[in-house]
Amino acid sequence: MPFKRFIEIGRVALINYGKEHGRLVVIVDVIDQNRALVDAPDMVRSQVNFKRLSLTDLKVDIKRVPKKKELIKAMEDADVKNKWEKSSWGRKLIVRKTRANLNDFDRFKLMLVKIKKAAVVRQELAKLKKISA
Amino acid sequence: MAPKQRTARKVSRNPELIRGIGKYSRSKMYHKRGLWAIKAKNGGVLPRHDPKPKPQAPSQKPPKFYPADDVKKPLVNKHKPKPTKLRASITPGTVLILIAGRFKGKRVVFLKQLPSGLLLVTGPFKINGVPLRRVNQSYVIGTSTKVDVSGVNVDKFDDKYFAKEAEKKKKKEEGEFFESEKEEKKVMPQEKKDDQKTVDSALLKAIESVPDLKAYIGARFSLKQGMKPHELVF
Repeated sequence: MPFKRFIEIGRVALINYGKEHGRLVVIVDVIDQNRALVDAPDMVRSQVNFKRLSLTDLKVDIKRVPKKKELIKAMEDADVKNKWEKSSWGRKLIVRKTRANLNDFDRFKLMLVKIKKAAVVRQELAKLKKISA
Repeated sequence: MAPKQRTARKVSRNPELIRGIGKYSRSKMYHKRGLWAIKAKNGGVLPRHDPKPKPQAPSQKPPKFYPADDVKKPLVNKHKPKPTKLRASITPGTVLILIAGRFKGKRVVFLKQLPSGLLLVTGPFKINGVPLRRVNQSYVIGTSTKVDVSGVNVDKFDDKYFAKEAEKKKKKEEGEFFESEKEEKKVMPQEKKDDQKTVDSALLKAIESVPDLKAYIGARFSLKQGMKPHELVF
């Protein structure tokens, strides 16, 4: 089981601890054994410990410490945002976020929909059971 | 119009340069205030008004009793209580969740805040059995769901509307002590039933226009497995 995702310049990572929790960032430089310089289009470039990063599959083609404009252009060329939102990891995060922000009324409507869906599934299952019996 | 056309002037004519130092000197201010004009009108001296004759106070007899110790009088307190501050999330038309009391868990529509600070609230009665009722803000969760209450007129409701009727005092006689007192069943006066109907009819139209809202208001709220109240968004 070799490693597949490396800390390298251009690697897209997710910050998983601290004030910037949940933010997608690009590794822009490596400071020392433990820290990386990290940047995102809507963030001030800052240092982050490797332990606070979760590496993703995505990579962006940039040179060491690019200017903000170059970084933004490179991220758009690599289509980071769309690829992330389509990936299963990204989709799970979006689902978690919507679930957390559900209104009391939304939760009620969700419950009604779940009941309907379960009823349909049960009907189909009953039909299949009848056929196999 | 009558002589006084300008508004009573309360701002000083001497702008402050720094605290304690005005822009104009004494002589300049004398001129600005027009004291020379007032004096000229009055023949060289400032006008003098004789004190108005005070109405004669009735002569008081010397008191018969002087207290032995000097008792301190408490300071006068003219503070008038205001109705409780309404939370920003609670506006007319908000759906509230009642947390305590007979109707705990019921989702209810907020109408207005009464002068005592309590919230006026209605089921509507047809949907969940909660009548026009007063409720304390502390026992209520404000959701972010709003119902359109523009068609409802709540001006006639205030705290006196909800006051209990004074019970007639019954003289306890020996015979009645041992017999069980017949308790009269409290009947809702027809006027209150009509008030409920008028308020609810306007609300029902607004509620039925939103899909699922009627079932939502009819259902009770409860915490299920895994729901953390401090993390829930209402």
